[in-house]
Amino acid sequence: MTTLSQTDQTPAATHWLRALTEKLPRPNLADSGRQLLLPIIGILLFLGFWHLAAPQVQTSLGAFPGPGAVLEQSGQLWQEHSDQRERAAQFITMQEQRNERILAENPDAEVRIRSYPGAPTFLDQVVTSLGTVLAGFVLATLIAVPLGIVIGLNRHFSAAVNPLIQIFKPVSPLAWLPLVTMVVSATYVSDDPMFEKSFVTSMITVTLCSLWPTLINTSVGVAAVNPDLLNVSKVLRLSFWTHVRKVVLPSSVPMIFTGLRVSLGIAWMVLIAAEMLAQSPGLGKFVWDEFQNGSSQSLSRIMVAVLAIGFIGFLLDRIMLLIQKKVAWNE
Amino acid sequence: MSKPHLELTNVQMAFDTPTGPFVALENVDLKIRKGEFVSLIGHSGCGKSTVLNIVAGLLQATRGGCVLDGHEVDTPGPERAVVFQNHSLMPWLTVYENVELAVQQVFRKTMSKAERRDWILHNLNLVNMGHALDKRPGEISGGMAQRVGIARALAMKPSVLLMDEPFGALDALTRAHLQDSLMEIQQDLNSTVIMITHDVDEAVLLSDRIVMMTNGPAATVGEELYIELPRPRNRVTLADHPEYVRYRQAVLSFLYEKQSFPGKQGAPADEPEAESIDESPDQPSSTFAVHAAPSGRTRAQTELEENA
Repeated sequence: MTTLSQTDQTPAATHWLRALTEKLPRPNLADSGRQLLLPIIGILLFLGFWHLAAPQVQTSLGAFPGPGAVLEQSGQLWQEHSDQRERAAQFITMQEQRNERILAENPDAEVRIRSYPGAPTFLDQVVTSLGTVLAGFVLATLIAVPLGIVIGLNRHFSAAVNPLIQIFKPVSPLAWLPLVTMVVSATYVSDDPMFEKSFVTSMITVTLCSLWPTLINTSVGVAAVNPDLLNVSKVLRLSFWTHVRKVVLPSSVPMIFTGLRVSLGIAWMVLIAAEMLAQSPGLGKFVWDEFQNGSSQSLSRIMVAVLAIGFIGFLLDRIMLLIQKKVAWNE
Repeated sequence: MSKPHLELTNVQMAFDTPTGPFVALENVDLKIRKGEFVSLIGHSGCGKSTVLNIVAGLLQATRGGCVLDGHEVDTPGPERAVVFQNHSLMPWLTVYENVELAVQQVFRKTMSKAERRDWILHNLNLVNMGHALDKRPGEISGGMAQRVGIARALAMKPSVLLMDEPFGALDALTRAHLQDSLMEIQQDLNSTVIMITHDVDEAVLLSDRIVMMTNGPAATVGEELYIELPRPRNRVTLADHPEYVRYRQAVLSFLYEKQSFPGKQGAPADEPEAESIDESPDQPSSTFAVHAAPSGRTRAQTELEENA
């Protein structure tokens, strides 16, 4: 840094100042450029490595798929999906035309439209998985947040429940799944079930595995409310519900959301495993079916699924982050 | 004043610790009349906050008790509003909502919605915070937040206003400004105030009486100094007022000569404490309006000696 005497070198000083102000936006631009550039370099390096390394790995289904094969298969899967949609649309219009003919002959005739019986495509499986994971996650949240509040508020209850939480928290979904399956088959009996049994099984497994982070974070957040604020609540003689609603809950929202984000990540991971094992529709089943199928394209298709799973998990986390920014007061 | 507004009688406060009970306060006696401004002053750890928390109802005295207007204090309540050291506003509520939470709770049944709104705005204007109704505590300065804390306490229409080092965390200018506001408000509303402070000037400037506490453990009321300066008081003209200087001197002498800073905190009975108690009853400072609390002190002293 140059030293300037302010009295006799004013032009130099102003020049220097202007140079400084002009420079100010530039680092920002460079920063955002670097922010974009480095991840792109990282991805390109990974793709290059993948491209070179994949052919070296020989399996009974041929070489491990490289990026090119995976790209081709993702196009293929999209094509299959569009074809399927087209056939389904044709199937429906055909029925509608037939129904019109019947109704024209006999207006009182009962007409029905059957849904298209084709196998679900990759995209259908993605949608199913998303539905299941959201259902399981919502159920987990509905259990974990209220329970976490009670645990956080009551030291005795917390001490009683803590060992159970510590024991059940690390249990893998694969261990729960057989038990959940048996219990659901035994208890969820209905002639006209609202949901598929496989859906209920996956959902409950997801719930069981993903509720812990939210539960623990909620209870920690509730227990850590600023004691001064608790005193304010006491001085105001807030009722229990007002206290929870106006003081405890808002204060622990940031912690709860951190827990929810971890929970959602776990829910998504658990779901894929549960679907593979339980043969319930979804991305996990897609992967398993492709594995059993064992065609030359299977590995590429599984790789498409792997990337899709990762990308969707990333998106889910981003969505939670957006909600958190909307809801939490400290963002 | 014949009948005290607020009375602490023979208060003892002991906390359970793993090494046995720790006696923070012993034989604290204090009578406060309506409209009086009382400051509690003493070294850190001398139990000032404990006294305040007992009056607030946030702590229960292990012996003795606190009576406000003939009713025993055993739970916290809005008639004993507290202004905490670090404003204690809900960070997720705006300035307006923070005061609203209190007003809603206290006057839900006695005020209409419009009346409540006017009352909230009135109190925020009283502390000159009417311009930042929709700001969150994080968006305003510490001094502004403390004003809002005071507005929230005043909005409960408390019979006693309890303040725990309300200006401790503020810079000198902001503090002076808020002290002036507080003096004006207290003058207008004639509210009873108990304020904890570390600041001798603040205590002399604001109080009708300064209650000086001995060092803990087993702290008690050491001396009481009635400040008979005329009101309204002006900090600038008071600065070299001879009476003001003498009051100030008296408090300083109590704090730094009789109750020198506690070196070994938490020790059951450290020697400087016992010494200071021995010499305190006949100090020259008692020439002006210093009232010692003899009964409580001798008892505390004997107990200290027994412990030693």
